[in-house]
Amino acid sequence: MNLRRDVFQAIADPTRRAILLLVASHSMTAGAIAANFDTARPTVSKHLQILIECELLEQEQNGREIYYHLNGKKMKEIADFIEPFRQLWDDRFNKLEALMKNYTPKK
Amino acid sequence: MERKTQVHAAEGRHDLTITREFDLPVALLFKAYEEAELLAQWMGTKVVKLESRKHGCWQFETSDPKGNVMFRANGTYHEFIPEKKITRTFEMENAPFDVQLEFLDFEALTDNTSKLTMHVIYKSNELRDQMLKLPFAYGINMAHDRLQEIVHKLK
Repeated sequence: MNLRRDVFQAIADPTRRAILLLVASHSMTAGAIAANFDTARPTVSKHLQILIECELLEQEQNGREIYYHLNGKKMKEIADFIEPFRQLWDDRFNKLEALMKNYTPKK
Repeated sequence: MERKTQVHAAEGRHDLTITREFDLPVALLFKAYEEAELLAQWMGTKVVKLESRKHGCWQFETSDPKGNVMFRANGTYHEFIPEKKITRTFEMENAPFDVQLEFLDFEALTDNTSKLTMHVIYKSNELRDQMLKLPFAYGINMAHDRLQEIVHKLK
């Protein structure tokens, strides 16, 4: 059985999405992240662990502190899954535009 | 090429928004939705029924080159306000997906440009993501292929 973390399952959780938003602008320590939530620190740690396992977050040692930051490449993978859907509509709308530009009303 | 069509699908929600700006007056943009013959061309599907009015209904059918029906969908118009708004339902036939609700807003930007905002509401977040992933899962489908061919010919 494959127990590998599913990225989409990881971002289905509201707390984990909030964590990703928090670290989107700058790297933060686990303590600084946890300070933004009412949830217990171990719960936040568990969420961080899941985000790291599915490679959405990366850790970086800076002196004695460990900072967490977004893995932009992995985030892009998530963004890309809607790309074929966008492309489908883009093609339809391109066609609509081309069609209507040549439209002449029937008399 | 500039990305004219944008899809906004916030995580965890059961809706999404598709926006697109057209180099067309809003009247022509709306007409492409109003007339069956035009709709059939740009959607790449056969329009079986299209009653462009409040409480009217519509039905599309797409067949493969051998004539086998691959896709059939239908719905009802709840609002049909020329050059302004269409509210309609959309349901795929013989598919395990619940009906979806679509709000289409037509807006004039200038005399020759317009904007379409399509707000689609699904029964659940899971269903929305499933629908979003359909083109992803099946790759580029047939209708899509055909549309691309036509678009390339026009270039």
